[in-house]
Amino acid sequence: MVVAAAPAERTHPVSNHPRRGTTLTIREVSHRFDLEGQPLPVLDRISLRIDRSEFVALLGPSGCGKSTLLRLVAGLDPPTAGALLVDGEAIEGPDPSRVVVFQDPTLYPWRTVWNNVALGLQARGLLGTHRERVEDALRLVGLTGFANAYPHQLSGGMSQRTALARALVNDPKLLILDEPLGQLDSLTRITMQGELVSLWERVGFTALLVTHDVEEALFLAGRVIVLSARPAQIRAEIVNTLRYPRHRGDPHLAELRREVFAHLGLDATW
Amino acid sequence: MSSVVDEVASRPRPVVGPIASPPARSLIGGLAAAAAWFGVAAVTSFWPDKPESDWAYTDDFAALSGALAVALALAACAGVWFAGLQRVRRLAPWLIALALFFGAWEAVTAKLGLLPLPFFPPPQAILEVVVDDRTRLIACVLASFRLLATGYCLGAAIGFVTGVAIGWSRLVNYWIHPVLRFIGPLPATAWLPLAFFVFPSSFSASIFLIALATGFPVTVLTWSGVAGVNSAYYDIARTLGASQRFLVLKVAIPAAMPHVFVGLFMGLGTSFAVLVVAEMLGVKAGLGWYLQWAQGWAAYANMYAALLIMALLCSGLITLLFRLRDRLLSWQKGLVRW
Repeated sequence: MVVAAAPAERTHPVSNHPRRGTTLTIREVSHRFDLEGQPLPVLDRISLRIDRSEFVALLGPSGCGKSTLLRLVAGLDPPTAGALLVDGEAIEGPDPSRVVVFQDPTLYPWRTVWNNVALGLQARGLLGTHRERVEDALRLVGLTGFANAYPHQLSGGMSQRTALARALVNDPKLLILDEPLGQLDSLTRITMQGELVSLWERVGFTALLVTHDVEEALFLAGRVIVLSARPAQIRAEIVNTLRYPRHRGDPHLAELRREVFAHLGLDATW
Repeated sequence: MSSVVDEVASRPRPVVGPIASPPARSLIGGLAAAAAWFGVAAVTSFWPDKPESDWAYTDDFAALSGALAVALALAACAGVWFAGLQRVRRLAPWLIALALFFGAWEAVTAKLGLLPLPFFPPPQAILEVVVDDRTRLIACVLASFRLLATGYCLGAAIGFVTGVAIGWSRLVNYWIHPVLRFIGPLPATAWLPLAFFVFPSSFSASIFLIALATGFPVTVLTWSGVAGVNSAYYDIARTLGASQRFLVLKVAIPAAMPHVFVGLFMGLGTSFAVLVVAEMLGVKAGLGWYLQWAQGWAAYANMYAALLIMALLCSGLITLLFRLRDRLLSWQKGLVRW
């Protein structure tokens, strides 16, 4: 498995790192679904501020509303109450500066890898002038040789990398990651976690990751927000100042992990 | 990392036969087919026709069979050197079966007279029709094709646009869907009496009927294709800054194309039926009309000839549509049984 390997001296063509991400402010956001006439509260007064180029993980039990929060941040749905602001401006709809990488890669099966990655540029009419960005994004995720492959010919890890390239080609200021590694086997997952960190360090976007994997959250993020079960509330905030690149066996990570499990009410086994 | 792609590319092919090499097998198959057709030629030529019959094209049919036999023999021999001609091998069983069929047909009609005339003419009678009546037959083929192509393309285009509109817009769905549900299942031929007095010419009426027959399945399947698109495809495109136009043209339509093609195939099938009925009842041209006319004169050889040509035309068009699908939907090859 080739790790994304752009030469070190090569600067990312579409970014002027460092710290080119956005700030994200979530202010008193609540959200409800209508389930056959019954209101189902999903989010309960969530307030959160994420700094420029920070890597924040949202951690919580399955079905607690993490993904719903991401959809609100992406602008795919409006919140029932509260406000979401990017760089001080309200989120009013989807915007290519805030790109989501979903749990399922959902590549378009009728497009080749190259054309899948080009999707965002094509949608905004930039493909004619920015074709090289597609190749750059493919190189960034190590898929240069697979430009002409169709999605059904790819392995799970390669599909998810294509999805990542499809997001990165738009030069997002905020990358929203909705359990992007959830469906991968554990080895591919560990590799991809490393790749994700190095991409984030090199490109400098703000990253918001949703996961229910405690190790993943602690290994990747600078700050881990622990959410309660539905309706989700912020239960704890754990700051992880460990320097990158991190080592999985670091004793500090083990300590933090115990702390996180305690907040999730699972500390009995630790 | 490349394992998946490699595996697809180098999937082992089944081994066909253990003994003879491909050129040798194609030679044997080709020569066997040639021998069978020589047999047909010999039966036709040397076994005299039943005394009181007068088939003008007996010798021509024998010559044609003989020519086919010679061509097959040459192709079989050439196949030893030219790999392209080795396809003959695959066709050989069919060629032999056809030769047996034609030989038997020739024997029970022209030679023994076992089947009643004029209902069952011998092969040379059909050859006679194709040669002697070719001007009229060509005119009929052209007339049929013109009618079918115009009606089908019109119906497919309108059906496709309507289907996308119903699948995409709630408002269009509200108004068009009930109409479609109510009128769609009516067979297009039921409109025939109405169409022939509403439209200024029988030609335009037939175009309307064929378009109607094509349009209904294309509309319904395009609609279900568009309505069934994975909503995550839209989420992806929307977060990447896609406009409504982009969502329709670059997401909904490509994703719905496999369904659209099912509709196009179904539409083509029903359009053939409507074409023949319309030509029999209204338009005084085309193969359907020719069939009717031949039957009226008890010219059964003409009828068989027209049926044969019609079968070639219809299967040719279906093949053409398959080729188009293979080109446009080649991405499906790894996903579905092709």
